[in-house]
Amino acid sequence: MSLLTVDELTVTFTQRGKPDVRAVDGVSFTVDQGEVVGLVGESGCGKSVTSLALMRLLSGRNVKIGGSVVFDGIELLKLRSEEMRDLRGSQLAMIFQDPLSSLNPVVPIGVQVTEILTRHRKLRGEAARKEAAVLLEKVGIPDPTRRLREYPHQMSGGMRQRALIAMAVACAPRLLIADEPTTALDVTIQAQILELLKELVDSQGTALLMITHDLGVVAGLCDDINVLYAGKVVEAAARRPLFAAPTHPYSVGLLNSIPRLDAPRGEPLKPIRGSVNDNIAWADGCAFAPRCDHYTIECLQGPPALTEALTGHRYRCVNPVTTHEPPAVIATEDGR
Amino acid sequence: MTTKTDKIDRLAELTAARAEPEHGLGLWREAFRRLKRNPMAVSGAVIVLLFLVIAILAPWLAPYDPEARTWDHEVFQNQNIFVGPRAENWLGLDNAGRDELSRIIVGARQSLLVGVVATGLGFAVGALLGGLAGAAVGLGGRVGQRVDAVIMRVVDMLLAMPSLLLAVSVAAILGPSLLTVMVAVGVTQVPIFARLLRGSMLAQSHSDYVLAANALGVKRRRIVLGHIVPNSLGPVLVQGTLSLATAIIEAAALSYLGLGNPDTSYPEWGSMLADAQRFLSGAPQLAIYPAIVIIITALGFTLLGEAMRESLDPKLRK
Repeated sequence: MSLLTVDELTVTFTQRGKPDVRAVDGVSFTVDQGEVVGLVGESGCGKSVTSLALMRLLSGRNVKIGGSVVFDGIELLKLRSEEMRDLRGSQLAMIFQDPLSSLNPVVPIGVQVTEILTRHRKLRGEAARKEAAVLLEKVGIPDPTRRLREYPHQMSGGMRQRALIAMAVACAPRLLIADEPTTALDVTIQAQILELLKELVDSQGTALLMITHDLGVVAGLCDDINVLYAGKVVEAAARRPLFAAPTHPYSVGLLNSIPRLDAPRGEPLKPIRGSVNDNIAWADGCAFAPRCDHYTIECLQGPPALTEALTGHRYRCVNPVTTHEPPAVIATEDGR
Repeated sequence: MTTKTDKIDRLAELTAARAEPEHGLGLWREAFRRLKRNPMAVSGAVIVLLFLVIAILAPWLAPYDPEARTWDHEVFQNQNIFVGPRAENWLGLDNAGRDELSRIIVGARQSLLVGVVATGLGFAVGALLGGLAGAAVGLGGRVGQRVDAVIMRVVDMLLAMPSLLLAVSVAAILGPSLLTVMVAVGVTQVPIFARLLRGSMLAQSHSDYVLAANALGVKRRRIVLGHIVPNSLGPVLVQGTLSLATAIIEAAALSYLGLGNPDTSYPEWGSMLADAQRFLSGAPQLAIYPAIVIIITALGFTLLGEAMRESLDPKLRK
């Protein structure tokens, strides 16, 4: 059985006097024990809202969440909020995009790390401080005892993200959700952070849900990939089939829009035309149709169904891409 | 060989010395460092310190007894005969033949005392109310919303009244005494502190690090006390410094209106101003001296407060 099963998750934002906004529209996917799953899509496609919803961090009267999220046999959406709070940090943890604003600026790093240890592992005083130093060491922060006394603004961006990762893995959670963990960092640090995440996931057997818009990150890290568009999963496949034979025109467009080193000099980039604003409602047809090169009149005959092609390779398209140019070569870090 | 190791040791010492002040600098200490470089803050601090020293050392600094009518045979207020500055009395004599300088110096005690105690009182009660309301919202739930609504409506009622009118009513109800002045001025400060702390707590509760703390399962109470409150105190402390200036002026206004300390054995700037009003045409200097010291003190606290605000505001950091 899967560790996390998300089934038909919908998130709707309501506002008086305005039409409802359905940010996540029936998203389903699973994450197995120790597996790395990617959630990919451009800005505004519902990636972050999905992750916040399944952590139960979307609160307020104007948010409606439907569907089901089962973690280790427990239905998270029906849990009492205090029970959910006990699970967060100990069983499920999350890393955010901006490491500077995710740390409290007036509290030393050490206090913020020991706080988690006290909360979930009942460690106090010297024991908590020692464990915090061990954690910082583990995520590759040199001179951890000194760093524990420092404030977030005294650390570099990469160091802060490492500290946040240390806090997230402090209680060896079974699922780690990383919401664009490398977006705010520069490229060399990005690689280091991804390497660190991979190591931690391998050594602790933690499952990782990687949320990103960066296909390079996905290529190097993820076992399974879900491509999101306008709140729906439009293509889901294992890494190799997705990169070798993307089926949904949107996935194809994403892959083609990556600048290629082997392209002839001066060749223009190939963006996906239009923007998310051109979308039509899913009820009327394929939301991507106005931007799609394979668009036909059938695309407007109601919402396209999810088709399962090969084992596990699913796509939501009536005119799937079948003939392929040689697929974009993205070097995977381990060469697989 | 020895010289080389010496050099290395020296270098290590130097780099350590240079690295040290950077290490472990918190928000507050860093703010203090910026404060020290700000001329506005320095001049404000100098003024405030000067008046504090004067207030504390008043009995020794004042050249004469502020209440002794040593020269009352030289002043005839009915005939508009007053004595201006002269060698033995630097600021001249007041309407009762007392040394004006001594009265100003000793008067600093009560004015500053009232200012500090009143602001402290307003700060304590206001921060408590605002903190409760902010925490109630932060802890969430319908009960929290109710608690917040009740507290803030009371605060709004206080805020709706002009502060001087409020102070006058409180002073009139309690009857004039030194404590009354402090309470009356303090009450007018309560809503400002309450609103400010609640507002900044609400703003902080939407910040990323609160979301991150929630994502790691930190308890709500701990999030409010350990994360939201420490981040919200900055503007409230700044308001405290600014309020000191207002408190001193309001205390002066109360005694000017005759609602000050009825014990006249100690001079006080506000009552000196009130007394001088009757002789405004004959001896305007008697009103000008206390007015000037009130203005300078208020200015000192305002400068300091403004500079603190700037140094604590992360957006204005260089």
